[in-house]
Amino acid sequence: MVRPLLITGGRVIDPHNRLDGVRDVLLSEGRVAEISEKPLPKDGCSVLQAHDRWVLPGLIDLHVHLREPGDEGKETILSGSRAAVAGGFTAVVAMPNTRIVNDSRLVTQFILSRARQANLCQIFPAGAISKGLKGEEMAEIGELAAAGCVCVTDDGRPVMNAGLLRRVLRYAQAFDLPVMLHEEDLSLAGKGSMTEGPRATRLGLLPIPASAEVAMVARDLTIAEETGGRVHLAHLSCEGSVRLVREAKRRGVKVTAEATPHHFTLTDAAVEGYQTHAKMNPPLRQPADVKAIRDGLADGTIDAIATDHAPHGPLEKEVEFDRSENGVVGLETALPLTLELVQQGILTKERAVELLTIGPARALGLPGGHLAIGAPANVTVVNPDAKHTVDATQFFSKSRNTPFHGRAVNGQVTHTIVGGRLVFEEGQVQEGAE
Amino acid sequence: MNSPRSTNAQRTSHLLGIEGLERSFVEAIFSLAKEHKRAVANGKSRAPLTGRVVANLFFEDSTRTRTSFEIAAKMMGAEVLNWTATGSSVSKGETLLDTARNVDAIGPAAMVVRHGSSGAAQLISRYVRCSVINAGDGAHEHPSQALLDAFTLLERLGSLDGKRVVIAGDILHSRVARSNIHCLRLLGAEVLVSGPPTLIPVGIEALGCRVAREFPAAVELADAVMMLRVQVERQTELAFPSAQEYAAHWGLTAALASRMKPGAVVLHPGPINRGVELSSEVADGARSTILDQVSNGVAIRMAILETFAW
Repeated sequence: MVRPLLITGGRVIDPHNRLDGVRDVLLSEGRVAEISEKPLPKDGCSVLQAHDRWVLPGLIDLHVHLREPGDEGKETILSGSRAAVAGGFTAVVAMPNTRIVNDSRLVTQFILSRARQANLCQIFPAGAISKGLKGEEMAEIGELAAAGCVCVTDDGRPVMNAGLLRRVLRYAQAFDLPVMLHEEDLSLAGKGSMTEGPRATRLGLLPIPASAEVAMVARDLTIAEETGGRVHLAHLSCEGSVRLVREAKRRGVKVTAEATPHHFTLTDAAVEGYQTHAKMNPPLRQPADVKAIRDGLADGTIDAIATDHAPHGPLEKEVEFDRSENGVVGLETALPLTLELVQQGILTKERAVELLTIGPARALGLPGGHLAIGAPANVTVVNPDAKHTVDATQFFSKSRNTPFHGRAVNGQVTHTIVGGRLVFEEGQVQEGAE
Repeated sequence: MNSPRSTNAQRTSHLLGIEGLERSFVEAIFSLAKEHKRAVANGKSRAPLTGRVVANLFFEDSTRTRTSFEIAAKMMGAEVLNWTATGSSVSKGETLLDTARNVDAIGPAAMVVRHGSSGAAQLISRYVRCSVINAGDGAHEHPSQALLDAFTLLERLGSLDGKRVVIAGDILHSRVARSNIHCLRLLGAEVLVSGPPTLIPVGIEALGCRVAREFPAAVELADAVMMLRVQVERQTELAFPSAQEYAAHWGLTAALASRMKPGAVVLHPGPINRGVELSSEVADGARSTILDQVSNGVAIRMAILETFAW
């Protein structure tokens, strides 16, 4: 039995409950037991001093690639869980495009059993839309839902067949399962490896036009509107996509969207020198796109910040740019990069917290994301003023593929609490035997 | 022992592209090339690279550039190590960096690299001790080609300041076009590009050139026209409907060439698709510099190797 945990003297920021003030928070039996303006008695409790710290609902990441089963050299459910809690995440959604695809109850059960063994953060599996991610036949979506998948997605690949997507958007309604979409028209993206524009032209890299994403967003919003299906658009990167989502939301289309820290922080300038750590899909875009993503985060068009944590080793990254794999690790840098937007005045701190907590929880209907009494005892404690330098060699993730190595940032996760238990404390992961 | 190899460890200079070079540097290469060309013609070439190894690392087929570098190296007394993608460890799945580091460990003074990926030479240069000379990386740069093209133009036109050069064809996939735009701009020329809109990359103007919508009109006003090879083998990308239609709109026919300014010249990096981008009459005519380009290529590469392979 875990002793009750009292977090005392911290500034609680809980946008969902419109709370921003110094409070004592008592966690007991896996739930938030009490929140008080007056100091709570410490008797029988473990005590966490949180003066000058922010006490936040546990962060939730809707988009991570944990690589297990199949690519355990890059990441495992355990190593990914360590990276998650070190980054302040108490829950993550695991993408199904592992080498052994999560398109069946069996694989979902395997992931959940590994997650229980790791016993660090909550892991919500996402199931595949199509069998083997082939984009041909529908996966057994009802089985996946019953086994515990919180959404379906072919992430990493688009659903090129519009007829299949339309059927899925209708069928998934039987299970109230959102459909997460990787928006990319492969016939427009072609063999491109960076975003279209003067820089791709100068570097001699084949371009990926914005239309590869935006045209698919337009197509899928049309189908979502017609079917009444729930879509969640992954890693938006283009100005045009943000505009379409904004308009669709106004019309009442059931759409939510996420953006990644790399897409709201970097432009295609990061590719200069053929830096494969800046190669991702969708690619880093132009300054106008970055601005549109930031505006979308601020005005509510985009619901969640998600990392698209995509671990790769040197074999995939110390290679020719056009042959490099896509993706960056993100779990251990998301919070400070989000806080940069607060420091720059683009987001209020409430909105920033919302985008990492209740925003993602609502998008996929996950528990948590706030700190009302009775809510899950998932809490992230942050030192908002801690200046430090991103050091990829110190990551808990098995992989180091980040374009942010060496970046000076503000804000550090000091404690992560999952189910009332401290799983990360002052730089150390507390391994989860219970 | 104070061998060239022991000084290699401190060397960091590479020829990765024309972008970023100084005009004075390019002109110094030209005067070295001129010297070599004269010496070779008089049968008195120097051998400044005696005892050194130049490694040719060709991950993509190229007879012209590889033999040109090879002859240039040998004429200056260097040993040449030829490493091609077929018949080597590359076909056994070795990574680019492993291959490059292994060749580097043999101890060449310079490595001449041809690769199908943009940025490949730059990637290698971060991991080896020897000089890296880019002999063409993807659609990025092909600096020795641009230098020999400009050298040839200077011979024919005297100067490039204020001269107008049209580069025509598949600009999107062309490293020759990119290096030439940088080099010609550096030497004061005005550069226009022309071709099917599907093969003109977005933002090419940022390199300092203009896009000529009307190819024939651009040809009539040009001091030089550089015709790029049409990649007929890339028809899968369907950038234009047929070789015939390409030839009708962007081919340099004898009739069009006859409307060029007096003294204006026609370049082609080879190999030519006769009857597609260039008619035989033009390729073999008085305006053509094609064979000059090939022989100047050796002199330019001697100058490059003398500058970098030590």
